[in-house]
Amino acid sequence: MTQLTMAKSINEGLRRAMADDPKVLVLGEDIGKLGGVFRVTDGLLDQFGAARVIDTPLAESGIMGAAVGLAFRGYRPVVEIQFDGFVYPAFDQIVCQVAKLHYRTRGNVQMPITIRIPWAGGVGAAEHHSESPEAYFVHTAGLRVVAVSNPQDANVMLRQAIASNDPVVYFEPKRLYHTKGEVDLDLDLADAPPMGLARVAREGSDVTLLTYGAQVATAMDAATAAEDDGISIEVIDLRSISPVDYRTVAASVRKTGRVVVTHEAAREAGVGAELIASVTEQCFNHLEAAPVRVTGHDIPYPPAKLEKHHLPDLDRILDAVDRVLDRPHSLSGPEWSSPESGRAATVNGGML
Amino acid sequence: MTMMHTLTPTAEPATNVDDVARLVGPDGGRIAHPDLDPWVADIDADALRSLYRDMAIVRRIDTEGVALQRQGQLGLWAPCQGQEATQVGTARAFRSDDFVFPSYREIGVNFVRGAVASDFVLAWRGEAHSTFNPYDINTATPQIIIGAQALHAVGYAMGITFDGADQVAGAYFGDGATSQGDVNEAMVFASSFRAPVVFVCTNNQWAISEPVSVQAKFPIAGRAPGFGIPSLRVDGNDVLACLAAMRWAVDHARTGGGPAFIEAVTYRMGPHTTSDDPTRYRDKDEVERWRQRDPLARIEALLRAEDAFSDDFAREVADESDRWGADVRSACLSARTRPAIEVFDDVYAEPHAGLEIQRGQFAAYLDGFAAEDAAQGGAR
Repeated sequence: MTQLTMAKSINEGLRRAMADDPKVLVLGEDIGKLGGVFRVTDGLLDQFGAARVIDTPLAESGIMGAAVGLAFRGYRPVVEIQFDGFVYPAFDQIVCQVAKLHYRTRGNVQMPITIRIPWAGGVGAAEHHSESPEAYFVHTAGLRVVAVSNPQDANVMLRQAIASNDPVVYFEPKRLYHTKGEVDLDLDLADAPPMGLARVAREGSDVTLLTYGAQVATAMDAATAAEDDGISIEVIDLRSISPVDYRTVAASVRKTGRVVVTHEAAREAGVGAELIASVTEQCFNHLEAAPVRVTGHDIPYPPAKLEKHHLPDLDRILDAVDRVLDRPHSLSGPEWSSPESGRAATVNGGML
Repeated sequence: MTMMHTLTPTAEPATNVDDVARLVGPDGGRIAHPDLDPWVADIDADALRSLYRDMAIVRRIDTEGVALQRQGQLGLWAPCQGQEATQVGTARAFRSDDFVFPSYREIGVNFVRGAVASDFVLAWRGEAHSTFNPYDINTATPQIIIGAQALHAVGYAMGITFDGADQVAGAYFGDGATSQGDVNEAMVFASSFRAPVVFVCTNNQWAISEPVSVQAKFPIAGRAPGFGIPSLRVDGNDVLACLAAMRWAVDHARTGGGPAFIEAVTYRMGPHTTSDDPTRYRDKDEVERWRQRDPLARIEALLRAEDAFSDDFAREVADESDRWGADVRSACLSARTRPAIEVFDDVYAEPHAGLEIQRGQFAAYLDGFAAEDAAQGGAR
């Protein structure tokens, strides 16, 4: 075991995967001599050469489309998208080609492409550098989507993603790049928890708090704070958001009967909506209260000075915990007003 | 053998269809071309008849496809009549171990690559998204997204370079695709990495109803040199010129020269697809003018002039074409739709817990009909 930042842990994961399999190569913008804008690919060019650490032209669709061709040829490309908001030009290649080629060819062509995306906000970045696009990819059949929350997972799940014969969208939270943690670099993948398995980050009995990525740390803080009020929160780090490990989720919901989901992506048709719909379908009789989402607002990602109002913080999470426990809560009013309440006009101009 | 770096015109409008490299004129007369001639020096009457045969069969498959669609047996068909020389001539220049990325209209390319009768119809019938295993004939599934495959060919070609192999990748796309970002990005990547890839732009004058003048004010082949890629603008209805130009391009890529670009100037005689009505956007005279440039009639005239096109040969080709037509029809009509549960197959290469749950639920739902199906003697 060794203490590593998440960025270094991912770097070591890449290094191991490339050393273990000559078909693994990485491509992206500025990943060679510069070592990536976050230095995640630092040193790989020296070790593996320019045919395996490929500085590409500045064209995201080009990077992704070239990766498709390389996969056709039997390579296992690891693509770095420089920032979350830059993945959109590659979206067509990801959803129409990467995701579908295995299905289209009835299993004859595999797309073992790992798409690394430095992801989400909280680092005071410029516009287009703090996006949370995960729901777009979760909605696309053929992709696996994972989000890491700590250096150990970042290392192992990356190696698992690269080893997977399916394409994996791998979200790495930017605001955790410099967070340190214990990492076992030699962990055998066969001994590691599978990439699709959720992790109970903290056991609890009153409320199940579902989350992933950097938001896990906020959820843990909320759980610690709630403890002072005698509330026991179980925090589940989903790790994989397609597929979701509903076995672990359901076991927790059956125990607590109360669910809060938090993510920093916008709410509408987001991962939280999917989680709550599925939990409601499968665990309705175990629920003591309507599940609640604590998410980013349905707004474009705000300017850096305002982002703290967008990112779900400890207090908004605790407010939701109060709500599912039917405790008095002061931070937010009713989500939906009835027509009689006189507030209907605020909802869809009263036409809802 | 060397070749001019470019015959690209510099000032002609993109709509000038006669400023092209040509070896056989519309009347079938053989035209000397100092740069192209050496690339087809081995093409004797036998070889020319073989090119004619392929084009005739491709035309017959195409005719059958249109008929099957009109009869309700296919949901859609994208005809290639008029483009046989471009497709057969260029595809013949590849080696079988080269890897080709076609668009959805490349019936002749897939034929040359080794597609069988069912491969031409089952996707349009809606039985599968693709039928052949790409690795069986080193040809990717026909691409529907415009221009996306140009990047796949480049990535594949980069892999060839990394492997130290001497194969070549090919990408087929139309004139409309040259407006797409992906095709332009593909040329940037190909040039930067000196990838052994040949781009074949089938300029058939129309992208559904949009004329090429909407896509280009300058000959499309003229763009490639701007990316550092040598190009050639060739008569796409002249199978000999297509073969010669493509042999040059493939050789250029195979011998370390990097990418090459061929613009084949041709015409789509029919609609974009069977859903389309070209009479709404182009006039009869234009179609008639192109009928005079028919690629099959041209080679027939050349062979006749050389006394190398006998009635026996014509009958053989007609018979073989009819056999292909019958095989295509039979493959279409005898298609058996797969069991419903197979819609879940091959979404992932490895088990996916979420999809496994849905598959289980749908299987249970289907099982509910088991008794009914058994009584009717069928299965869902």
